[in-house]
Amino acid sequence: MKKLCVVLDEREVQDNPFRPEMFRIVRRYPLTSDVNFFQARPIDVEEGLKFNFFPGQFIMMSIPGEGEAPFCISSPPSRPGLLEFCIRKMGSLTETLFSMKENQTIGIRGPYGNGFPMDELENKDILIVAGGMGVAPLRSLLLDILDNRDKFGKLHYLHGAKTPSEMLFREEFMQLKERDDLQCLLSVDKDDTGKWTEKVGLVTSLFNDLGPIDAKNTVAAVCGPPIMYKFVMQHLVKLGIPKHQILMTLERRMKCGVGKCGHCAVEYLYTCIDGPVFSWWDVLHMKELIGRGASDKTIT
Amino acid sequence: MMILKMKKEDLSTFLDSIREWGELWGPVKKGDKCTYEKVDSLSQMDLKATRTIIPPKKFLYPPKFTMFDFDQDGYVDRLGDVPKRILFGVHPCDIHGILIMDKLFLETYSDPYYKERREKTLLLGHSCIPDDKCMCFATNTDFIAEGFDLFFTDLKMAYLVWVGSTKGHDLVRMRPELFSRDLDKNDILNYTEYRKWKDAEYKNKVDFTGMPDVFELGYNSPVWDQLAEKCLSCGQCSMVCPTCNCYNVIDQVELGSLEGTRDRFWDSCMLREYSAVAGGGNFREKRADRLRLWYTHKLQAYIGEFGKPACVGCGRCVVTCPVDINVVTVANALKEQEVGK
Repeated sequence: MKKLCVVLDEREVQDNPFRPEMFRIVRRYPLTSDVNFFQARPIDVEEGLKFNFFPGQFIMMSIPGEGEAPFCISSPPSRPGLLEFCIRKMGSLTETLFSMKENQTIGIRGPYGNGFPMDELENKDILIVAGGMGVAPLRSLLLDILDNRDKFGKLHYLHGAKTPSEMLFREEFMQLKERDDLQCLLSVDKDDTGKWTEKVGLVTSLFNDLGPIDAKNTVAAVCGPPIMYKFVMQHLVKLGIPKHQILMTLERRMKCGVGKCGHCAVEYLYTCIDGPVFSWWDVLHMKELIGRGASDKTIT
Repeated sequence: MMILKMKKEDLSTFLDSIREWGELWGPVKKGDKCTYEKVDSLSQMDLKATRTIIPPKKFLYPPKFTMFDFDQDGYVDRLGDVPKRILFGVHPCDIHGILIMDKLFLETYSDPYYKERREKTLLLGHSCIPDDKCMCFATNTDFIAEGFDLFFTDLKMAYLVWVGSTKGHDLVRMRPELFSRDLDKNDILNYTEYRKWKDAEYKNKVDFTGMPDVFELGYNSPVWDQLAEKCLSCGQCSMVCPTCNCYNVIDQVELGSLEGTRDRFWDSCMLREYSAVAGGGNFREKRADRLRLWYTHKLQAYIGEFGKPACVGCGRCVVTCPVDINVVTVANALKEQEVGK
């Protein structure tokens, strides 16, 4: 009889968006007691140079047997070949990751998500507000802007941590204070060392030191714990920055990263493909993007 | 579209012939319920059954399957071992459900697992007899114009057969002598009569008009807490819903080895762990929040994006939920601001 079977296109079948590529852990060292810094490089080096991404995008990291979880990229696309991550030990996957040694392999697929709209950021003044672990995605943005400094206007970097010992990338950001092409303001809630030379207070207290800004020409990028958003947003809106120019990058449970598994759904959006970068207007408009506490019943 | 006519007594012969293409599956009576089973002939099928327990999504996207085999060196796709199947007797609502799944799984980052099964599964639709739980008239899914390979409309005297794809046409070409292109005035009259009859069959007068606004207005309504009081968070609604697509991924390792499989399982946003993130946070800790997500997705969010609900009106949530929470009771509770008894 005639063969009616439709032969599947081999090439298309092999194009499996769920298959992780193997990466080698090149470096790993502690940033704080429970946060580690990781550098990873694709085993296939040429593939690594082709790995293009935007600041704010994330990858799905696999550890065979432990499963998969999303992590944002902390290094900038302006420094290709290596991916850097800033990871807190939180669950069983990160626990295994923290027990791994340099030169061991992990799986990575991506990059995913919208990332920051870098084209729209060009020629704008940029105000970055990072709280705690929120620095993980924002470091990619900060370093990318610094590596392409001519493309952007003024740069303000506000960073808040609980204590000096819990501050991520402390040395790196302290050095930024020496530069004269950005305003770098650092704070800790509490100084447990007695040696802290910068501000003591919440990250919002740094707004007092900000000075005048050209609000309409400023794009703000914010990431931090949910509680931080409400207060930081009040300051940004008061400064006069348009709500659609206040960007934030959000976290959700994800099992696929490509808009299929449903876990990161918020109304008709998926955090993984429509985000994780959203504007403050999106948050006001969408209700559930950052929990119910921050946006519900608040008219700012 | 090509529409052909077939004598009713020829259906059995036709199905016997096309089994050469692949396994034949159809609705089979199981007690007072009905499920899709592998069959040898038409005589085993129950074409009068209104709905199967689980929708045909299970063929395109099984409750559990292996995505990868892995060891320390990497991940190898588990693709290519899907049998070719012919699914006979699929109703319009379920084909609409599959069209919604197609949109999700095949557009942006096409899912190779779904794609392979979709391409190896032929959908042979069949007209249906609505019961008092059906509400496809309210979701505009009572008839179907695409997504199937063949669609058989039972007009008592004969079948009218819609040919929806080139593969469907290939099936026809296996037994061309069973089909005729000579449709006459009586066929049109019979078809019009059939549609009138079907329209009159619906007893469940639900109305989903305006639901997106009602959901928006009712976001903080106490109705959600009242419904959550009853809800068991069992997730059965997700198992039987033709448009529930959520899944979980779990790595299974052989004891004492570094090899294993990465498996995909059906999941439900009704389950507590669904929105939990590392470190103990949960975006939908409350049952009311999860219940609202489920119904928002079906009756508000999808309408906002695609202009139609992600409910195809099959009535499975109506027959399945042990505590009578379903698209009808939820829509009415929100509209009336009162949970019905």
